[in-house]
Amino acid sequence: MSRAYRHNLNGSDLPPGSQQLEIDDVALRFGGVRALKGVSLDVRQGEIHAIIGPNGAGKTSLLNCISGVYRPQEGAIRLHGGDGQVRELTGAKPHRIARWGIARSFQNIELFKHISVLDNLMLGRHVHMRHSVFRSALFFGPARAQEIAHRELVEEVIDFLEIQAVRHAHVGALPYGVQKRVEVGRALCLQPGVLLLDEPMAGMNTEEKEDMARFVLDVNDLAGVTVVLIEHDMEVVMDISDRVSVLDFGSKITTGVPDIVRADDRVIEAYLGEEVA
Amino acid sequence: MSISNPAEGSPATTTTDVEEIVRPREAAPDPIPDDMTFPQLLRELAQRHGDTRNALQEKRYGIWQPITWAGYHQRVRDFAHGLADLGVGAGDVVAVLGDNRPEWLISELAVQSLGAAIVGIYPTSVGEEIVHILDYAQVRIVVAEDQEQVDKLLRLYDQLETLETIIFYDPRGLESYERDHLLEFTDIEAKGREYEAEHPDRLDEQVAAGRTDDVAVICTTSGTTARPKLAMLSHANLLSMGRSLMSIDPIDHRSRYVSFLPFAWIGEQMLTVACGLQAGFTVSFPEEANTVRADMREIGPDVMFSPPRIWEDMVSSVQVRVGEAGWLKRAGFAWGFRIGERVADRRVRGESPGPLGRIPALIAEHGAMRPVREQLGLTRVTHCYTGGAPLGPDVFRFFHAIGVNLKQIYGQTEICGIAVAHRDDDVKFNTVGTPIPATEATIGENGEILLRSPAVFQGYFRNEEATREAVDDDGWLHTGDAGYLDEDKHLVIIDRAKDVLEAVDGTRFSPAFIENKVKFSPYVEEAVVFGGEDRPSITAMVTIDMATVGAWAEREHLSYTTYTDLAQKPAVYELISEEVHRANQDLPESIRIRRFLLLHKQLDPDDEEITRTRKVRRGVINERYGELIEALYGEADTVTVTSTITYQDGSTAERQIELAIRSMEDFTPAPQRRRFAWSGR
Repeated sequence: MSRAYRHNLNGSDLPPGSQQLEIDDVALRFGGVRALKGVSLDVRQGEIHAIIGPNGAGKTSLLNCISGVYRPQEGAIRLHGGDGQVRELTGAKPHRIARWGIARSFQNIELFKHISVLDNLMLGRHVHMRHSVFRSALFFGPARAQEIAHRELVEEVIDFLEIQAVRHAHVGALPYGVQKRVEVGRALCLQPGVLLLDEPMAGMNTEEKEDMARFVLDVNDLAGVTVVLIEHDMEVVMDISDRVSVLDFGSKITTGVPDIVRADDRVIEAYLGEEVA
Repeated sequence: MSISNPAEGSPATTTTDVEEIVRPREAAPDPIPDDMTFPQLLRELAQRHGDTRNALQEKRYGIWQPITWAGYHQRVRDFAHGLADLGVGAGDVVAVLGDNRPEWLISELAVQSLGAAIVGIYPTSVGEEIVHILDYAQVRIVVAEDQEQVDKLLRLYDQLETLETIIFYDPRGLESYERDHLLEFTDIEAKGREYEAEHPDRLDEQVAAGRTDDVAVICTTSGTTARPKLAMLSHANLLSMGRSLMSIDPIDHRSRYVSFLPFAWIGEQMLTVACGLQAGFTVSFPEEANTVRADMREIGPDVMFSPPRIWEDMVSSVQVRVGEAGWLKRAGFAWGFRIGERVADRRVRGESPGPLGRIPALIAEHGAMRPVREQLGLTRVTHCYTGGAPLGPDVFRFFHAIGVNLKQIYGQTEICGIAVAHRDDDVKFNTVGTPIPATEATIGENGEILLRSPAVFQGYFRNEEATREAVDDDGWLHTGDAGYLDEDKHLVIIDRAKDVLEAVDGTRFSPAFIENKVKFSPYVEEAVVFGGEDRPSITAMVTIDMATVGAWAEREHLSYTTYTDLAQKPAVYELISEEVHRANQDLPESIRIRRFLLLHKQLDPDDEEITRTRKVRRGVINERYGELIEALYGEADTVTVTSTITYQDGSTAERQIELAIRSMEDFTPAPQRRRFAWSGR
């Protein structure tokens, strides 16, 4: 009876390092506002890919395009799986995209505040649950067996994120940092291929940030889940990311490893403004 | 070394200067007829109960997961075989470093099955402490819990001359560690099964060959003065102590018990192993350190043994909750508590509440006392003890008033943790009770307490000289504690003999006694009292309880940033002055605290200021805070301290902090503010 986890939280069967998410020349307009102007980038399996940029650069818009909340007018977003399988995300419904293994957390916490942490996490398993309304209502046979199996995975996520003590607490009563953690937990319960985190450390103090950074690293390192991260705290981004893409006014400036990106003149310009000649 | 035979209770052997020996009023219990070692007891229980009773249960996946006696026995056998495969044999010492989990006990019993001894290391220990124990005990194999513990050991690996193999039982995060000497617990068990196939009878022979005189457990002494010493305890020592304890307070297989204090501490070994295996009860392990409270409430233990810190924390939590309650609840609780106190005073003398007292007692019980016990998870508890350090009489009173039968235990690691205890109908809040069966106690030279029983240890590991100092030729254990016998033949502990001080007027006093008075305040975490020798008065260094003072500051609309900032707020000084004043009220004039300061940091075992069992190391404090102590005896109202902060990455920074010193001479307590024992405000 080893104490090792029995479930793999990583939903992707691609070998680490291969192209997983392909964003190809994506353009998004809201009326006359051009939120994204032909952005192309690729995310590799097993990396932490940070997307940074000043306010209004289009970071969250890009994430919304990936998860199907927005539908870009031009370009394509493709998700690669094992055996050369390719799925077109543009035009697909958000619930379908979630089923394909793209999970996300939101900038503003989007949990059910009046139910327990456990129930919120069980909801994260929803896409994997397959049984009839009748059986579920009576809770017997396969429905019961499934519920137990799902609970087991959920408990591993609870252990992974160290939230045992608040398992039965109502989410609304928890401190902000813990709620954020629960939201990441719910995304993990999906057993995602790609985890999209929209500012997971916003509004946290240094200690909470460090905690969250460690959990993001663990998710990536131990569970092997690909993470796409939007974050404002440059220190955190540079510390934990494998690669960084920089957006400015809806266009991608560059993609690269943190050290190169940090030294890039265009990035400095985007953040600090143009030098006055 | 040999122990003279004290179990008979004959006064044939006496030590010089011994005036009077007190003996228990109960007869010594019958020795276990078949005289079994722990592994033999386990085999017996597994045969008797098989899969019908649970030996252990651990909360995992949010559910209590049981291990039956047969399952437990099987895992112990597998692991023992695996250890035999690694070359562990009689006379070896294996160490365990981790929190309380079934694997801890499995390791312990497996090691004992092979005739070897186990030594526990506090899971919070770091660096030097670990090196000291592993080197001194010449440990070749360490069973460590998880990545955190393994990382600690790997960092020290090159320093540790004897260490060969590290076995871990929680593999999460360790998947990518590739080292030959790093092995997983379950792999050892699997190897053990192979080994068993090759050597089918070897383990049975080894278990059968085990003798109760063999060393079973090596326990570290608390080490308030120096590096911890390693006390060797045999099966017979532990068994006899367990039997004696259970003969005054019967414990059987139905008793519920939660194991959450470190196994490196003798108290936990005492109940979980020595009593657990003899009574055959189920040991429950909580899920995580931060779920202990909730898990305890679920189990509702019948038996508990905790150091004062746990009980003090409970009182603080009640004080805080009552403090926040509305006036009606407060008034109700105040009334109930008064009744409870009255009933308790009679009960501890062995008297009933009386015919007229019964009805209010019943109302108080259901209206006020029981709900509080429920909150604390103490509804079922019938036997609970405090030991390891002195517990203030006020805390004691509190628990008796709410109907918890808390009893003091006095003992040392060297006598398996318990030698003297209260009896149900004979509790006195300022004493530690009378000797348990098969134990004798007396007062030797200089008022030192001497103890003698079959539980007196086998000696310090590789330290003959210290052993000779501790146990004399007649088998008396010299405790190093000063004490006396009161009119009811109860033993009263003053303090560590070398800590007892003399005030200017000649009053002998114990700093710990004054400290406990101050520490009864929910706002005070630790207090260190200075005085005696050539110091003209009593002064104190106090650390605040961040949680309660923080909550108070919030109520008072006082903003603060860090611990240091909060501790130096004049309003907080005012608050603590109230508390010190209250403590002073109960003390004779000559030993009242005259001046005190609030320290800029909490006392930390990592800084060696306090032991892992939270006893103050006076030597270290005197040395490190010499300037502060000097300032306490000076004239100035402030003192500047240079604080060196060591960050977790090893870098250090220095900072100058000004600490205020408060004099109690000009303190006038705020009028009409009378506070009850149970109240947080």
